[in-house]
Amino acid sequence: MSLMKRISLIFRSKANTALDKAEDPRQTLDYSYQRQQDLLVKVRRGVADVATSRKRVELQVNQLEQQSTKLQGQAEKAIAVGREDLAREALTRKSGLTQQITDLKTQHAQLQGEEEKLTLAQQRLQAKVEAFRTRKETIKATYTAAEAQTKIGEAMSGIGEEMGDVGLAIQRAEDKTANMQARAGAIDELIASGALDDVSQPGGGDDIARELDAMSSDADVEAQLAKLKASTMPEAIESGEGGDDVLRSEPETTTDEGRQ
Amino acid sequence: MIVRVLGEGQYDVPDDKLEMLNELDRAVESAVETGDTDAFGQALGALLAGVRSAAVPHEAGTLDTSDLILPPADASLEEVRDLLSGDGLIPG
Repeated sequence: MSLMKRISLIFRSKANTALDKAEDPRQTLDYSYQRQQDLLVKVRRGVADVATSRKRVELQVNQLEQQSTKLQGQAEKAIAVGREDLAREALTRKSGLTQQITDLKTQHAQLQGEEEKLTLAQQRLQAKVEAFRTRKETIKATYTAAEAQTKIGEAMSGIGEEMGDVGLAIQRAEDKTANMQARAGAIDELIASGALDDVSQPGGGDDIARELDAMSSDADVEAQLAKLKASTMPEAIESGEGGDDVLRSEPETTTDEGRQ
Repeated sequence: MIVRVLGEGQYDVPDDKLEMLNELDRAVESAVETGDTDAFGQALGALLAGVRSAAVPHEAGTLDTSDLILPPADASLEEVRDLLSGDGLIPG
């Protein structure tokens, strides 16, 4: 028997098991309708869950991209003051982040795909449930319990197949999302631990930034010293001018010293 | 003939396309049997493409059952095995 036929038979047998239980088959209609409503709620929740995961990944991509830009800036600054070792360190970290960002973007695309699939599944189920509701009322109004059997069987099989399909879609989306959530959690932890450098502390809780800040204030001190010297000894101007151009000017050197 | 692609919905497929689809289906089936993942991916892709090109979407607001049901486009070989075994994948 063909693969397609086998899968459809398995689906049908699953859909029919619910039908065997009720005494008055018309009660089955209301029971099934309730289950359809429950499934609609579940698929809506599924869409919302996947959307939440997608937004979380978006946020992480933004955070890591900001951090990457920051590391690039630090590398440039380090090169400007002749610290190739610091520049190398910054670029090494940046390249690690680039890999993470690429992975996250792949995940983001997958989540977006799941979200679209579930949204469409929800719309399909909604249409079938509406059709079922109409059919249910017709059957209850028109047929006696004895007569209703066949009509109910048809309606139940039709909706049962759709419910099986949607149930499967929800389950697959949940499995995929759970996998990604574990990885997203790991990245959140990395960001929180400072291993990727926490961008929520701009200006830098990280060691590269501290070292550059320290050099920056050192250079600034040198520049001010040079100015002071220049005002008393004009021939010394040349020696101190370099640093102020390259590094961010920080006149408040006393507060910087407190951070070292 | 109504064909459902899981995760996509139902399609109306003209009866004269059935032989073509059966042939594509056999390729999927044999890949599942031999456990050849690459062949499976290609065969499933070809089968679903065959259905989509031959079919039009079935009307949404009906309660018609499908004559044939196919795995989702991104299904793995293991998932299809689970589908065929009848337990596991299809929620009761």
